[in-house]
Amino acid sequence: MTNKKKWLALPYFVWMVGFTLIPLVLIAVYGLTERGSGAFTFSNVLSIFQEEHLRALILSLVLSVICTLVCLLIAYPVALILRRAKVKKSGFVIFIFILPMWMNFLLRTYAWLNLLDDGGLIFTALKALGFQGNIIGTNGAVLLGMVYNYLPFMILPLYNSLTAIDDQVLNAARDLGANERKVLTRVIFPLSFPGVVSGITMVFVPSLTTFVVSDLLGGRKILLIGNIIESEFSIASNRHVGAGLSLVLMIFILISMAILNHYDKTGEANAI
Amino acid sequence: MERPIITLDHITKSFDGQMVLDDLSLDIHENEFVTLLGPSGCGKTTTLRIIGGFETPDRGRVFFEGADITGLPPYKRELNTVFQKYALFPNLNVEENIAFGLKIKKKSKDYIRDKIRYALKLVNLDGYEKRDPSSLSGGQQQRIAIARAIVNEPKVLLLDEPLGALDLKLRQDMQYELIRLKNELGITFVYVTHDQEEALTMSDTIVVMNQGYIQQMGTPEKIYNEPENAFVADFIGESNIIDAVFVKDEVVNIFGVNFPCVDKGFGVNRPVDVVIRPEDVDLLPAGQGLLEGTVTHLIFKGVHYEMEVTTANGYEWLVHSTDMFPVGEKVSIHVDPFDIQIMNKPQSEDEEAIGVDE
Repeated sequence: MTNKKKWLALPYFVWMVGFTLIPLVLIAVYGLTERGSGAFTFSNVLSIFQEEHLRALILSLVLSVICTLVCLLIAYPVALILRRAKVKKSGFVIFIFILPMWMNFLLRTYAWLNLLDDGGLIFTALKALGFQGNIIGTNGAVLLGMVYNYLPFMILPLYNSLTAIDDQVLNAARDLGANERKVLTRVIFPLSFPGVVSGITMVFVPSLTTFVVSDLLGGRKILLIGNIIESEFSIASNRHVGAGLSLVLMIFILISMAILNHYDKTGEANAI
Repeated sequence: MERPIITLDHITKSFDGQMVLDDLSLDIHENEFVTLLGPSGCGKTTTLRIIGGFETPDRGRVFFEGADITGLPPYKRELNTVFQKYALFPNLNVEENIAFGLKIKKKSKDYIRDKIRYALKLVNLDGYEKRDPSSLSGGQQQRIAIARAIVNEPKVLLLDEPLGALDLKLRQDMQYELIRLKNELGITFVYVTHDQEEALTMSDTIVVMNQGYIQQMGTPEKIYNEPENAFVADFIGESNIIDAVFVKDEVVNIFGVNFPCVDKGFGVNRPVDVVIRPEDVDLLPAGQGLLEGTVTHLIFKGVHYEMEVTTANGYEWLVHSTDMFPVGEKVSIHVDPFDIQIMNKPQSEDEEAIGVDE
């Protein structure tokens, strides 16, 4: 590449340094220094072991893992059906799934709040069927909000990896004696693995760090690690603890991505 | 050769109202190399897919060794397919690709290992066990696809334009490879191609297809030397197809000149099509042959000269000859009686439609 062309990368470089690298460094600096004195300390990071923080982290992990699994279980069959459908038709269905993403994330979550809250449509309907108690403020409500918001992020990569599979390859499997179940388990599953990996990443990471969904649908009773970090920054205005906890969260995300990458390589997925 | 291993019985198939196969019947015999030959859209690949079980005919039945397999899914059929674009499993290495069918049939590890070694040797790729398909050339991938199919010991191997994506030299090499493979394996090959040279080189029987119909079926020699209609004549090799009149037995009138021929039984003074291969047109100095003309084109082709000779009525004869006549020279055309192939004119417009589109 000539020197002239290198200049084209400059905006990107400025962006990366200004809006990714510097904030990361700042978080690391705040997370590893003491409030006031600025002395080096691990106490912000270790504050994750405070009971309230630890409970929020575990709940976050549990909910985001469940959310990812639920999304995967819903999205995989959908993507399989879309793969089989004609292009025109599948384009329309994809559009239907993407459509909610055109609306603001907060607005969508508020809509759920209205539906599920006392007097809301779903709340009233469930009450008529004999259900007791509140929906808002339960783990289920938060989970529902997460799944609703993040499902398209699972469907799209799955759909992409599934449609990239050549029909002839599936016919070859059938030709070699594989029935439909074996075609699915021995060919389609392994070939769609890259899509599964990116789908999991795209759902797991935002649901692990969310605080908006739990804030609204959790009725301020459900504290996720995202809510703790947010309140450290906004209410307690203690950037140091907030940044420290963010670092912990980052470690979890890095670990999950490392695991996925490992399976992506050793597993059977260089299809895309 | 006596017992058909595959019988197609009055197969009809259409896609979206478009008729692809129309009442097609065909017997394929044991240990035969059968080639389905025709232009794209002639129904040859659909025929193969119906044999393989990837398409179900709208009407008609498919028999395998006498048993009706029309509704049988591909994985229950005792035949294997080599697909056009290889269709190797991209996530598996060469060894795992070849083992795929055997693993599904739950063969022992030792058996599978021996089979892989045997198959790789057969396709001249020993030592490639651990390679990724993506690291192989097109020709090598094609060989792996063949190896993957034959380890299952199919009674019939279906090949869907397997050499279509290879370059010319490789394609010729693979043609000999395939003939050798077929002889070593002693199984039936059903081969689909649009390349007439490929078909002539490899086949025991060629089935020429067009627009869902079988145009002619026979040995390569028969198809080449005695095409039954203008389509076959035009599709197989180059030829001069001429409007002529069958005067009486053993005499045909071409452009007003009576040529002696060997055919009989086409009636008296009936319009017919005549096929004369360019290498069968003999050029003599003016006045010594039957039909006079002028050389209007000359190209040196290596083995022979390709010339165009225009006769008085404006028809341009394609001539291949080792004797050279320069452009502008007056020549005389002679054709030996047994080199004149007489064909009936198409009977109806329908038949006309399946003819030559020149």
